[in-house]
Amino acid sequence: MSNSKILANGVDVYYGSKQALFGISMDIKEKEVTALIGPSGCGKSTFLRCINRMNDLIEICKVSGSIKVDNEEIISEKTDVVSLRSKIGMVFQKPNPFPKSIFDNVAYGPTIHGLVDSKNELEEIVHSSLKKAGLFDEVKDRLNEPGTSLSGGQQQRLCIARAIAVNPEIILMDEPCSALDPIATAIIEELIDELRLNYTIIIVTHSMQQAARVSQKTCFFHLGELIETGETNKIFTNPDNTKTQDYITGRFG
Amino acid sequence: MNNSIAKEKIVSLRKKRSLEDIRFKYYGFTAMCLSLAVLVFLLYTIFSKGYTAFQKTIVLLEVDYNQEVLKLTPESSDEEMEKGKFFRVKKQAIENFFPDLSKSDIKLIKKLFSINVDNEIKDYFLENPEVINTKQQIWVTAHSDVDQLLKGNSRRDVPEDRRKLNDIQLSYVDQLVEENRVKQVFNNFFFTKADSRHPEIAGVAGSFMGSLFTLFTVFILSFPIAIGASVYLEEFAPKNRITELIEVNISNLAAVPSIVFGLLGLGVLLNVFGLPRSTPLVGGSVLALMTLPTIIIACRASLKAVPPSIKEGALAVGATKTQAVFHHVVPLALPGTLTGTIIGLAQALGETAPLIMIGMIAFIPNIPTGLTEPSAALPVQIYLWVESAERGFQEKSAAAIMVILIFLFMMNAIAVFLRNRFERKW
Repeated sequence: MSNSKILANGVDVYYGSKQALFGISMDIKEKEVTALIGPSGCGKSTFLRCINRMNDLIEICKVSGSIKVDNEEIISEKTDVVSLRSKIGMVFQKPNPFPKSIFDNVAYGPTIHGLVDSKNELEEIVHSSLKKAGLFDEVKDRLNEPGTSLSGGQQQRLCIARAIAVNPEIILMDEPCSALDPIATAIIEELIDELRLNYTIIIVTHSMQQAARVSQKTCFFHLGELIETGETNKIFTNPDNTKTQDYITGRFG
Repeated sequence: MNNSIAKEKIVSLRKKRSLEDIRFKYYGFTAMCLSLAVLVFLLYTIFSKGYTAFQKTIVLLEVDYNQEVLKLTPESSDEEMEKGKFFRVKKQAIENFFPDLSKSDIKLIKKLFSINVDNEIKDYFLENPEVINTKQQIWVTAHSDVDQLLKGNSRRDVPEDRRKLNDIQLSYVDQLVEENRVKQVFNNFFFTKADSRHPEIAGVAGSFMGSLFTLFTVFILSFPIAIGASVYLEEFAPKNRITELIEVNISNLAAVPSIVFGLLGLGVLLNVFGLPRSTPLVGGSVLALMTLPTIIIACRASLKAVPPSIKEGALAVGATKTQAVFHHVVPLALPGTLTGTIIGLAQALGETAPLIMIGMIAFIPNIPTGLTEPSAALPVQIYLWVESAERGFQEKSAAAIMVILIFLFMMNAIAVFLRNRFERKW
């Protein structure tokens, strides 16, 4: 238990009067890929968005319980959301590059956080982030072209580069491949496998194959409850819970 | 059996349905044609009535710049020349306009010339001081009555007492035409002069500048306030009863009759704060109040149109809310915001009632040079001219309508250009 990065304990989430999550407790290890799976509307994205407090954007959303990142409570009024989010990057379902140049997309984070003092440093960060996201070779000659001119898969990798650029420890991915074709998906999955060496990754996915391919831990959500969590191998071959079994074998969901 | 009946039913219904399609297509087409026809008729009326205002009639006058009459010498300084007795030169020129004129005829002939002729004779002299003691043939502006007669706007076959020009004057005008001593040229006065009691020297320059200053005030006041208000409402305001109330009332304010804002300007800006009456400053402030709701609504719509994923992306890399809004949302909404503002300004440009309330309907014969100088505005100028009895003002009002329409058209063109140039596809 020494290297647990995120420790959730009894997290309840309400949208207005409707409860979306029921007492979620979870332990996420450092430098591992954790996949959150489950049928639509089961609350896996909601849980993901609790971790970097993106739920704050939804006014009727109320979160209670405790989530500790590096032993620091983040579900609290006192949490510095801005520095939390620079520590926890996020990649969204639909690629959402800023309508700016490829360079500016990646440079935005480091610039607002004042991570760089000179243009050269900034360039270095941008280049290394793009390299880490496996995009550099494809775009190195057109860094000044708009990010929106890239293909869907490239845009998503640009968003990953943008998240990496502020040097986070954790990357949250909310169905990052749902808008991509199989080839782009395969590239991203490979990338996730590489990123695992340096980052703790939590990925929400609808594709069980994807969860099986990229993750070490899998958590199965159903109707706002965490049904089962465990080693990916075990969940997909020999789950303890019959609901998990039914979902994995395609009997519902 | 059953099956074939059903098929028949479907076929007959199908025919009815496609007929309906065709019918509605023609309804729509007719409606469009009707509105187009009305528009064409309107434009035709304005143009056919107004195009003559872009021409003026000038008369050839022989002026003798005699130094004794002028009470000047060739060595006179510029200031002295300014004070030359040009009206005496003009009087002499008119007395000799035709050979052997009687006193009463001279009086009648004097009325064929514009009141501005003194100035024209003077200006010609000041530009060419060397003409002293020579006779010069100068084209000077004719009186509006002559102008209207030659343009065919006033009729000559009505009884004499219902005409502006009597029979003797008509015969003189005819003689001038015969001798080629009148002609029609481009009416520069219409674009360079302010309002006047005399139609031949009345122009839109004064009211145009007034409108420009007014719009400037509207823009300066309403644009920042509208951006601030809409950014706050859209991005920062808590969603509660009070915000809702404000939102509803912004829509209500957009529907308030403009004259109410005029009354507000009269009661508060003029009477309480004592701002100068009839000025673009006050007119602009009132119109800014009037257009604010429109602009706020347009700004909010364009802020709403920015996809939330952009803001989320910025927040997710650790931007503060203010940074996310001002680095990403506002710049992306700016073209829409500008378009909305220009539409609001166009609305303000055509507004008359509130300006009447704050006194911008006063007769202002000079061109304003600042925000605090009394001035007219284009729509008010049109209103004033339409009301005038003089026939010469009728073509002027139609021409002024053309000017305001072109102004509006240009503003809308800019709005469309901005929208097309900066519009983003998501």
